Amino acid sequence: MISSLTAENLACVRGDKRLFESLSFRVRAGQALAVEGANGAGKTSLLRLLAGFLSPAAGRIVVKTESRESDDSEERGRLVGWLGHLDGLKPQLTVLEQLSFFAHLYGRRADPAVLETVGLSRQADLPCRYLSAGQKRRLALARLLSSQRPLWLLDEPFAALDAAGQGLVAQLMLRHCGEGGIIIAATHDPLGLGNESLKL
Amino acid sequence: MNWLFRYANPHEFMRLSGAVLPFTAIATALCLALALYLGFTAPPDYQQGRTVLILFIHVPAATGAMMVYGAIAVCSLLSLVWRHPLSDTAARAAAPLGAIFTALGLITGSLWGKPMWGTYWVWDARLTSFLLLLFLYFGYMALWNAIEDETKAARAAAVLALVGAVNIPIIKFSVNWWSTLHQGESIVTGEMAPVFLVPMLLMMAGYVLLFLTLWMARIRTAILERRATVLMQRGAQ
Amino acid sequence: MSPFATLLLRDVRLAARSGGSAALALSFFALVATLMPLGIGADLRLLARVAGGVLWVGAVLAALLSLDRLFQSDFEDGSLDLIALAPIPLELTALAKITAHWLSTGLPLTLLSPLLALMFNLAPTPTQVLFLSLLIGTPAVSAVGAIGASLTLSLKRGGLILPLLILPLLAPAVIFGAGAVAATMDGLGGQGGLELLAAFSLAAVLLSPFAAAASVRLNLGG
Repeated sequence: MISSLTAENLACVRGDKRLFESLSFRVRAGQALAVEGANGAGKTSLLRLLAGFLSPAAGRIVVKTESRESDDSEERGRLVGWLGHLDGLKPQLTVLEQLSFFAHLYGRRADPAVLETVGLSRQADLPCRYLSAGQKRRLALARLLSSQRPLWLLDEPFAALDAAGQGLVAQLMLRHCGEGGIIIAATHDPLGLGNESLKL
Repeated sequence: MNWLFRYANPHEFMRLSGAVLPFTAIATALCLALALYLGFTAPPDYQQGRTVLILFIHVPAATGAMMVYGAIAVCSLLSLVWRHPLSDTAARAAAPLGAIFTALGLITGSLWGKPMWGTYWVWDARLTSFLLLLFLYFGYMALWNAIEDETKAARAAAVLALVGAVNIPIIKFSVNWWSTLHQGESIVTGEMAPVFLVPMLLMMAGYVLLFLTLWMARIRTAILERRATVLMQRGAQ
Repeated sequence: MSPFATLLLRDVRLAARSGGSAALALSFFALVATLMPLGIGADLRLLARVAGGVLWVGAVLAALLSLDRLFQSDFEDGSLDLIALAPIPLELTALAKITAHWLSTGLPLTLLSPLLALMFNLAPTPTQVLFLSLLIGTPAVSAVGAIGASLTLSLKRGGLILPLLILPLLAPAVIFGAGAVAATMDGLGGQGGLELLAAFSLAAVLLSPFAAAASVRLNLGG
């Protein structure tokens, strides 16, 4: 369980471009932070920095859990539930196989009930190549849920979804915060959660 | 370690290398000239005649090829572990020089072999090892060229160089084993009379100086090229 | 199921389902073994002498075919990001992929080799040594190959440069493996070569996950 995430004076340089510097913020358990900005402003880079894929050019990121406080990126990575642009789905595997793979990989049990939640229970044995874009996104959401990680980093979570899908995302995000999780999401749409927003 | 980082600053490096370069260039020319003169005026070797002079070029080139790879490996380590900023540029600049030394070693080894063994190429342990070394250089240069992002290319090339460095002793060992297996014993590359020792050492020193001179020149060119690119980018805005 | 086993199983399953990468490698291996006599001539004594080397080189080249996709497919669809965040060190992930690659290429190639050795008129004892040498040596091919695969995973045509990167590094494996076969035929016994090969394979399998993981990390940060 995560108590807070604090970014202190983060700077990010990609290639020769200085995307942002002196970026500081804090998100506490149960809170959501929306990251807004034009394309190329650095939203994805910030998320990748938070996940530990990138190292900041300056500054640090401190995560506080019940037992300890740490700025180690690998430790932080173990807390991250990642939803990126790409779906991470193999066309040859079925929905259930794909979900089981990620669940077991993350040390969890594969729970078919998660498919219910995202509305894919009838497609459980369908190879992923036959899913629509919206269905793939739902599967990615199911994967996110089953990982049971407290820190959600979401890159454009509402993209490629119809109204029902977007409603589902909002509902899941609300529930996650209600359970004490943290959400940091890059998005063009406002999160509607009444929480902070960060402009890059 | 600090002095190493002081010259990591391109400005500092340009200053230092600019001051040192003329001296190393002159020293290179002197060493090589003296070595060649001593070599040519020495009595012909009773066993190999004048062909021993090819060894003058061959042996230092072969040693040089290994030395350059060692330099690249050290630069790669500096780059990966200590994030020394100029070492990527230095490693990349050294590679073509190492490849040329290796090729020179192979060609002269082959030319020396013709009168000695009767053919232009034999699969003896030394030549075969150097052929593989040449491919290692090609692979290293190819990787630098293939990856577009310069930072990523630098780190990938550094990993490759270190993997290669670990492998080189293994490759040499295995090629020696192979050559004793198939030929009974390694073909001897030939020994030289002591009168050639001094010129040979001078030649080696000359090669080292040659490498340092050309290396510094190439790094300077790389730094200037980058400055020019930045200026062009700014001018375009 | 442990994360390691999960990854291993998935990769093997994917290899099995994606139109048989094993079949491709096996066909390539057999083709090389067929073309060689066409190039060298049908002198059976000569073919027996070169069998060890030809089949070893053929096996290495066949194993190379599927290497460039080792990390690339996961990188391209975003799976690698997710795998990197899982509670398994990236080094073990690399080892799992190396193992899966060997199971789906190296091992089948080894199993086919006695049949091809027959076509080269190789006697039973050297054939046994050939089989053993491939069994011991093909893991090294997968391991060293993984280093090349991880270095080139961001390249669209990475497959072209990959052989150039790893074939020189695999020279010892070819030397020891084929050398063991040749030594057997000369009456010297293949044990020396096999032992050296085993040492090389062990070192490769133990060390290359570190190099591969380092390369994956630098590509994820791109």
